[in-house]
Amino acid sequence: MIPNKLPWGRWAVRGAALTYLIFLLIIPLLVIFRDGLREGLAGLWHQITLPIAWHALLLTLWTAAVMTLINTVMGAITAYVLVRYDFPAKALINSVVDVPLAIPTLVTGVMLVILFGPQQVLGAWLKEVFGISIIFAPPGIVLALLFITFPFVVRVVQPVLQNMDRTQEDAAVTLGAGAWTIFRRITLPPLILPLTSGALLSFARAIGEFGSVVIVAGNIPFYSQTAAVYLLGEVESENRLGASAVSIVMIAIAFGLMMLVDWLQRRDRRVYK
Amino acid sequence: MSTVNTDIDSKRRMISRETPWIRRILIGLVLTYVSLLILLPILSLVVNAFQDGLDAIVSALSQPDVIKAFRLTLLISLVVVAVHAIFGTLTAWVLVRDRFPGRIFLNGLIDLPFAISPVVVGYMLLLLFGRNGLFAPILEPLGIKVAFAVPGMVLATLFVTLPFMIRELIPVLENLGTHQEQAASTMGANGWQIFWRVTFPALRWGIIYGIMLTLARALGEFGAILVIGGGIQGRTETATLYIYRALDERQYIGAYSASLLLGLFSFLLVIGTDLIRRRERK
Repeated sequence: MIPNKLPWGRWAVRGAALTYLIFLLIIPLLVIFRDGLREGLAGLWHQITLPIAWHALLLTLWTAAVMTLINTVMGAITAYVLVRYDFPAKALINSVVDVPLAIPTLVTGVMLVILFGPQQVLGAWLKEVFGISIIFAPPGIVLALLFITFPFVVRVVQPVLQNMDRTQEDAAVTLGAGAWTIFRRITLPPLILPLTSGALLSFARAIGEFGSVVIVAGNIPFYSQTAAVYLLGEVESENRLGASAVSIVMIAIAFGLMMLVDWLQRRDRRVYK
Repeated sequence: MSTVNTDIDSKRRMISRETPWIRRILIGLVLTYVSLLILLPILSLVVNAFQDGLDAIVSALSQPDVIKAFRLTLLISLVVVAVHAIFGTLTAWVLVRDRFPGRIFLNGLIDLPFAISPVVVGYMLLLLFGRNGLFAPILEPLGIKVAFAVPGMVLATLFVTLPFMIRELIPVLENLGTHQEQAASTMGANGWQIFWRVTFPALRWGIIYGIMLTLARALGEFGAILVIGGGIQGRTETATLYIYRALDERQYIGAYSASLLLGLFSFLLVIGTDLIRRRERK
């Protein structure tokens, strides 16, 4: 509305912003599609169904799914505890939630290897007593993803719980509802949408994770090599078709999920306005 | 006000059907989870970095290649922050105030770098600027080197940090509305005056938060700059790439010390942003 006085100013600003987005975001994305579809959809399909690529993609998807399940439950509980209860160290825990956003993911990987590595005290103990390997195995991937995505669910659910009108719960108590009924029928429903977008956000972020996974997973093909690490190998061996095909699949998943999150959040805002 | 609230809270607790053991279990669960998942790994990094004492850390960090790597990280991050501070602000403004077809789609696209794998980002830039890249015919005769050089690493970091500034500013602009700007306009202020006197002061804190978050993310970027930069020691090796090499060469004290320093940097930035934000809100 404002720079109507200077129409060229408005166009200059719009032009600058669009140029920035087109050069930084859209051209790089388009070029990968052009490259990956050189041999058509069949060629793309052939590249991603190569056993080693297929296994890497499946591993990426299932580790992300396991993480999302745990993170959604624990994130919801953490947000609930931080909003509803008072306890010592509450302020500390509340700050610690943001720490994974700050720590470079490569450093996350280093920390987990130090703690759970096969030659370390805890890692050796787990191996000996329970026969579980964490580092250089899929559980390490899930652990790294859990660390990185921890803030996503908590920080989406927390404000909703904070703004929740508690008189409804009070009314339910006076009407004789049990704790579980109150949680299920009154507290939970408004949390479904934010929990869903937090879960999708975690999942989307996890699909592309590289820095921590490359350190933690050991990158053994058919066992602990994720899509991002497989892609690095294809790029380094200059197999362009394979690299572009896997990239397209990863971009498509990221794009679909982010659009879904965006839509959910816009819907959410409309509901509560 | 607070005493009234506590009063309601304590009454709530008395009449609530939530038994005290549920409460204890949930708090215990959260404390255990956060300690095991986040605090314990951080602690083990600190302990392991200090295993040979502070002197070992200092001497590891004062190796010329380490200093060079940290300097490059800082240089790339500062350039990225400067670009996003300007263009991110413009873009946020356009996305909130301007109306044009495709705006909602573009708005959704802004978050995409958050979910796209850094390896994919590096690879996209290789396709554009690499040996047989799309832009190679234009750039090669001019003697401009982007891939396996610092400009490519700047581009990669720009892509990865794109959402932070814009996402920070969009809600601020939405809440600001246009009344003050309109008032200034009716009083005869021109576009520049309105921006510097009205819009910019309102955005100032948003821009500062955006800069801090962008900086924290840029300092830790790894995958994208590994692919586009190649991690050539002494030329395109940043702090994260040094850590990666040091682990490979089993120089553990070097890797741990650099991890600790880098983590500490970013940690202070994010916690600092948190603290300022909390004070602002009060």
